[in-house]
Amino acid sequence: MIPELGHFALILALLVALVQASVPLTGAALDEPRLMSVARPAARTQALLVALAFGCLAWAFVSNDFSVQNVASNSNSELPLHYRFAATWGSHEGSLLLWTLMLGGWSFAVTLFSRNLPPPLLARVISIMGLISVGFLLFLLLTSNPFDRLIPPAAEGRDLNPLLQDPGMVFHPPLLYMGYVGFSVAFSFAIAALLGGRLDATWARWSRPWTTVAWSFLTIGIALGSGWAYYTLGWGGWWFWDPVENASFMPWLVGTALIHSLAVTEKRGAFKSWTVLLAIVAFSLSLVGTFLVRSGVLTSVHAFATDPARGVFILAFLAIVIGGSLALFAWRAANVGLGGTFGAMSRESMLLANNILLAVAMASVLLGTLYPLFLDALNLGKISVGPPYFDAVFYPLMAPAVFLMGVGPIARWRRAPLPELWTRLKWALGVGAATALILPFVLGRWSPMIAFGLFLAAWVFAATAASLVARVKGSHRGGILSALRANSLSYYGMLLAHLGVGVFIAGVTLVKGYEVERDVRLDLGENVAVGGYEFKFLGVKPGPGPNYRALTGTVEVRKDGRLIETLKPEKRIYNVSGQPMTIAAIDTGFLGDLYVSLGEPVSGSVDNIAGAWGVRVYIKPFVDWIWMGAFLMALGGFLAVSDRRYRLAIGRRAAAVAAVAPAAAAAD
Amino acid sequence: MKPRTRRFAWIAAGLAALAAAAALVLNAFQSNLVFFFTPTQVASREAPQGRAFRIGGLVEAGSLKRDPDSLTVRFRVTDTAQTIPVSYTGLLPDLFKEGKGVVAQGTLGPDGVFHATEVLAKHDENYMPPEAKAAVESAHKGMTMKSLHEPGR
Repeated sequence: MIPELGHFALILALLVALVQASVPLTGAALDEPRLMSVARPAARTQALLVALAFGCLAWAFVSNDFSVQNVASNSNSELPLHYRFAATWGSHEGSLLLWTLMLGGWSFAVTLFSRNLPPPLLARVISIMGLISVGFLLFLLLTSNPFDRLIPPAAEGRDLNPLLQDPGMVFHPPLLYMGYVGFSVAFSFAIAALLGGRLDATWARWSRPWTTVAWSFLTIGIALGSGWAYYTLGWGGWWFWDPVENASFMPWLVGTALIHSLAVTEKRGAFKSWTVLLAIVAFSLSLVGTFLVRSGVLTSVHAFATDPARGVFILAFLAIVIGGSLALFAWRAANVGLGGTFGAMSRESMLLANNILLAVAMASVLLGTLYPLFLDALNLGKISVGPPYFDAVFYPLMAPAVFLMGVGPIARWRRAPLPELWTRLKWALGVGAATALILPFVLGRWSPMIAFGLFLAAWVFAATAASLVARVKGSHRGGILSALRANSLSYYGMLLAHLGVGVFIAGVTLVKGYEVERDVRLDLGENVAVGGYEFKFLGVKPGPGPNYRALTGTVEVRKDGRLIETLKPEKRIYNVSGQPMTIAAIDTGFLGDLYVSLGEPVSGSVDNIAGAWGVRVYIKPFVDWIWMGAFLMALGGFLAVSDRRYRLAIGRRAAAVAAVAPAAAAAD
Repeated sequence: MKPRTRRFAWIAAGLAALAAAAALVLNAFQSNLVFFFTPTQVASREAPQGRAFRIGGLVEAGSLKRDPDSLTVRFRVTDTAQTIPVSYTGLLPDLFKEGKGVVAQGTLGPDGVFHATEVLAKHDENYMPPEAKAAVESAHKGMTMKSLHEPGR
């Protein structure tokens, strides 16, 4: 019964979404308040119906209802409760339902925090989000129904892929999707502005917090995925330039550009068309990314052909959303206007350069990700584009962007004379240069790459500090404290996010520069010295797990003869699928990780677990700074949007609008 | 400078920067593409000597040999028509098994042994790396085509 209820709720949600997509939009076109006022209740009802459907599916998973195809294929009664719940989004169907749920959630949030929005704008925004919902609900119902029954029911489920049985599975997909789908709000605001022909600073101020929140979630989602890969795949990498990762990284790059471009549009009224274009592209890439990952094209472009209905639907949907919005952009962008002018050296010009660098970086990632797919689809041969390409392209493009990141916050709008920048930033440059020259020697080894990476990190820290110092000095208030208090939260959010970038760069540089990776063969009781530590292998013992059998190794780590840690890396064989999994043992520290994972028994037969093993012994200096940096960036984003200014300013402007058009306000 | 000249200078500078970026990207792209060859193609000397490429197919049953004192392993990759000997020093991925699909990246030595620097496995037991699958399929196609053509010759 419950799965049918969920199915029914999805069908109702589609009907409500159709109303949500059409009626308010018509109302906005006809300037008819009663039609526009449908927006709020429709969006909320739709969101609640999708939530009900999602709850039904989750219930089917949690209660082991193997008469549902999706549950039977992706869960098992041995699975611990939290993984049964997370298995709800473990399949293609379930993850699309999660996507739709997130979209409903964001639409609901827009209806909550839009009390001061002009009704026509709100009506258009909600309608456009409704259109996207219609697309996803149709896709679910026509090609990927998560509630399909299995007749006769299976006695037991086929289990969730062991790789997904991890706390990462509980948090990573929902947060990533929060980010992906969050860009739909910025997208809808952009399309609504194009439709309404009104695109000004107020519009930018309204879309800014939404974009920043979505970006912050996306940042956390990507960081969690990276951390998950680091400790479960067993070989200690944190980013592989894998197409699935790239699919989430491209919207992030454009989203980062969008946040900065929106700032210019709000403060200076410039970059309007560019901002709108970025909003369209960010969400389009989110859609492309979702479908790249979920449609199976990555495993094989020809997988598309095995289920043509899905493939054709996806391509048609992408064509309508992306093609339609770009066509609208081409048609209406000229009306939007270019906005304010600025000099060659100004905060605007630096943000513009930053934006272009980010966009080019995104394009290069897109090229590397899609080109092999195109070749394969056209039967022109199989190729792969590996990390060397991305490294060779990405770092040179990002280095100038990071350098500009230090200058931007100090530069004045409109015109920032070079001598003034020099006075304010010369000591930051000095700090960067000194760090680059000296710190690598302290850490052990100087190389140009390490020096350059540390220069950038130190430059970001120092330039960020310089911006704060300049603010305090320039303040007309008395003490330092009151000067600090005078700055807005969004300013501090920006500083924090920039510091996060610095921490991230320091982490990447140090782990790439000083990591030690040794794959060794270790006999029982054998020692290996890696990076100043002694690792002693004490053998492997079998033991039970909730739904797997584990082989647990014991490795003692000593430094200068003193025992500092006993690591227990694991090899698991899952009961249902028989699939092996490697769980690394990691001693996490502020200054770096000790990482040990088991390979396989290497003395004679594979079953001889009492003999020698292949073991990975890695030293990863400062690797956690990578994720710490990402979390600081996200935290900065959240801090920025909690600024009172947004609410106050919106209130004030809306009051002005309401005074002009009382009828519109009354319709609310 | 007049505003117009200035705008022109801006656009020129922007285009130059974009051209530089494009050159950088395409150059890196060209030199970092890794091509894929099936064992049949390698056997007929279509694969380059000295440049890294990928091979794929099935790990031939009974071919896995371990060096007793190091982490070096030797095995043979087959597309059911031809086999290529592979040597690799390091730890094999979890899902590496005789009779299952595999993809390896490395260079072909003058002795005809493929020296792998990387052995790839995928995330699922039932899943075959697409390249490995394609290699086996194309070998099958080749064989059926041959058997169709040969009687006529």
